[in-house]
Amino acid sequence: MRKRHLEKRITMADLSSNFLGIKSPNPFWLASAPPTDKKVNVLRAFEAGWGGVVWKTLGSQVKNVSSRYSAINYGGQKVMGFNNIELISDRPLDINLREIEECLRLFPDRAMIVSLMADNDKASWHELIKKVEDTGAHGLELNFGCPHGMTERGMGAAVGQDPEIARMVVDWVMEKATIPVITKLTPNVHSVVPTAQAVVEAGTNALSLINTIQSVTGVYLETLVPNPYVAGKSVFGGYCGPAVKPIALKFLTTIAQDNVTKSVPVSGIGGISTWKDAVEFLLLGASNVQVCTAAMKHGFRIIEDMCEGMNNWMDDRGFIKLDDFIGRSVNNITHWEDLDINYHHIAHINQDKCIHCGLCYIACEDTSHQSIDLAYGKPYNTYTIKEEECVGCNLCQLMCPVNDCITMQEHRVAPEYLNWKQFKERGLPLNDH
Amino acid sequence: MSIESNRLSPKQYAHNFADFHPPFETHDAALVEANRCLFCYDAPCIKACPTSINVPKFIKQITTDNIKGSAHTIFLSNIMGAGCGKVCPVEKLCEGSCVFNLMDEPPIPIAKLQRYSTEIAMKKDWKLFTRKVTPEGLKAKKVAIIGAGPAGLSCAHMLSREGVDVTIFEKDEKAGGLMTYGIAAYKVTPAFCADEVRYILSIGGINIKYGQELGRNLRLDIMQKDYDAVYVSIGVGLARQLDIEGEELEGVIDAISFIYDIRSKGFSKVPVGDRVAVIGMGMTAIDAATQARRLGAKEVTILYRRTQEEMPCTEVELDIAKLDGCKIIWLAAPKEIIGVNGKVHSLIADVMELDTPDETGRRAPLKTGRQIVLEVDMIIKAAGQMPFESLITENDFENLRGKIVSNNTATNLEGIFAGGDCVNGGKEVVDAVQAGKDGAAAILLYISQQ
Repeated sequence: MRKRHLEKRITMADLSSNFLGIKSPNPFWLASAPPTDKKVNVLRAFEAGWGGVVWKTLGSQVKNVSSRYSAINYGGQKVMGFNNIELISDRPLDINLREIEECLRLFPDRAMIVSLMADNDKASWHELIKKVEDTGAHGLELNFGCPHGMTERGMGAAVGQDPEIARMVVDWVMEKATIPVITKLTPNVHSVVPTAQAVVEAGTNALSLINTIQSVTGVYLETLVPNPYVAGKSVFGGYCGPAVKPIALKFLTTIAQDNVTKSVPVSGIGGISTWKDAVEFLLLGASNVQVCTAAMKHGFRIIEDMCEGMNNWMDDRGFIKLDDFIGRSVNNITHWEDLDINYHHIAHINQDKCIHCGLCYIACEDTSHQSIDLAYGKPYNTYTIKEEECVGCNLCQLMCPVNDCITMQEHRVAPEYLNWKQFKERGLPLNDH
Repeated sequence: MSIESNRLSPKQYAHNFADFHPPFETHDAALVEANRCLFCYDAPCIKACPTSINVPKFIKQITTDNIKGSAHTIFLSNIMGAGCGKVCPVEKLCEGSCVFNLMDEPPIPIAKLQRYSTEIAMKKDWKLFTRKVTPEGLKAKKVAIIGAGPAGLSCAHMLSREGVDVTIFEKDEKAGGLMTYGIAAYKVTPAFCADEVRYILSIGGINIKYGQELGRNLRLDIMQKDYDAVYVSIGVGLARQLDIEGEELEGVIDAISFIYDIRSKGFSKVPVGDRVAVIGMGMTAIDAATQARRLGAKEVTILYRRTQEEMPCTEVELDIAKLDGCKIIWLAAPKEIIGVNGKVHSLIADVMELDTPDETGRRAPLKTGRQIVLEVDMIIKAAGQMPFESLITENDFENLRGKIVSNNTATNLEGIFAGGDCVNGGKEVVDAVQAGKDGAAAILLYISQQ
């Protein structure tokens, strides 16, 4: 027992993160948002164990409205997706700066990044950077992503959506900044790569993505007014939360695979709620992650399992430090043309585990390939895969409520690798299935 | 020891006979359970329901805030869906077949969710069904129904939906049959039963004539002439006799009339003994035993000649009896009732053992030769019910030991259909509701061909 305990200690993974020389005890930062709006929140976050914060965006002081949030619930669970129309910090700049200094003094081991969105001229940016650097903050994050309120004033996403404007602003910033600069990208574009390339060329030290996605979460069916509700009206807000994770991972991968943009580290953002989500972001090229919605839903205490879960996973996998797996999955996303057409797998239903709910059957029968056989029983039907019909699409497995009841079993068409191009060159028959 | 009425205070009666079924306190609470439902395809719960309620659909409709649709889904298959949510032995029907059982997880509380939607519908008096309008110039068809129990009401409602004018002849003063008169009052309160009947009748086109009894003031041959069709749903009702010595003594009653009295006279007016023995282990035995306790009997003992393995009631029912403090004696068959001054004094029971299984697997109870004596002042017989055999025979129905023989609900008599307990010999309320639907379908076909 004693020996095993000792071994466990020896293999304990190191979660510490070094992002552009900015050190934090773990790779979990709180994203620029309401949780990082003021000292009281940030101190609570640091006490809970968060590795760092990106202080809520500073700029010309604004005025917020009420209400500010709306959400999408799903299957009885609250906040699958979250939407906000809050602007950048609405507190006086000098108070924010003073509080940043205090937080830095009280928690010198945590990362303190400050998000910025100055008015759209060089002097304003330079003035703001000077003031923030005077606090002793470790880095700057340029908010080129906020999709609401600020865009109408030519800021936020309005900058991030135009590579040349973004390049210009980063040029201004890099003239002045002496601490690392992270440029935060908007997902409200067909591709984040053009803007990312522009700001990397302009000298940004790192990228972060994604900001929120423009959205309408719904309409109140009694008043017929969309939400969030502000005196009988609504506006497009920024969507975030678990629902946006797949979109964020896709944008992240395009950055990690682009020859220009992969030269800088990326801070991953978008729907990260658990350690598993965070590991996925790191595997697809993020050097650390930023979290907001999950903390807004559950409070800062979620950091405990995020760290413990990642730690245990690293121990199990034999990873000692974050760099051991950062980016490891980037090259596993390829072009469709390079996929192996000879790979084939077929669903298999474990009858011992099957609970006869019929969800696999109806999904396949109504919407896929009619590859599941139903043998009537009262009250329980028996479902089996018609192996010759199954195309291996995964739909049944995805719908099955029982873990490992439906498994996909490999039945290669042929042993050798064959892609679409080779397939065509060889003139192989299309309609063999 | 004595048999007395008015043993408890009004407050104690109210407490003992309060609705046994806790509702969901809030919509959110209902949603937690509704959202657990997997929405199975060709769901086992539908197949396990005699009325084939589309359970996954009505539960899904709760999750989409479509309570009106949910209630409609239930009532479309089972117009007594509210009451069945209280009296059905769901542990052996819908909930017993829920796929979560196969995951060793608690099943979806289908009955509770069913009560949730239906009770809102009843409370808000939603008009979920309308009568088909008879085209101008045509006369609406007329159908008579004998017996306003679950089968009769179910048949009437379906016929009324199709535009038929229905007259129900009921021997009692209230409608609902077994639901109103034959089930423990704490399971379905008298107020609920009245409200359920009112809600069913609110569709219109159904006229109930009370105090009308076949063989007393009602003649089948006349009805046959006056109506386009007749549906007979008179149920069963005669208590099976024990055929033992002392059965005629004062203090021996049958469970059916005991429960009937509780339902019709008021709790304080029903006498109950100090020490009561109940013979039988079916649902009616449980309802009699538990209500005897709830009326204030000091000791209630249930005797059953077989074991728990063979008992007709469900585990849930048995647990109610145990929680009410009823004692259970397995493998005991009544042998003789000893009287003193014409009143019950004690019960002698044979101690039984089970024979080896016969070819059907059934194990017959055999006397061991040993006996036990229970000192009791009241004996409630709940050894089953028998059809109204003489009435059936007098009316020339083809029958099997008093059970009307029917072919897809049609009897041997022209234009006369039958269903429910008087055909099946006595099953659940939900079976009677389905029988009523089947009867209505057959009648609709019959009258359309006239």
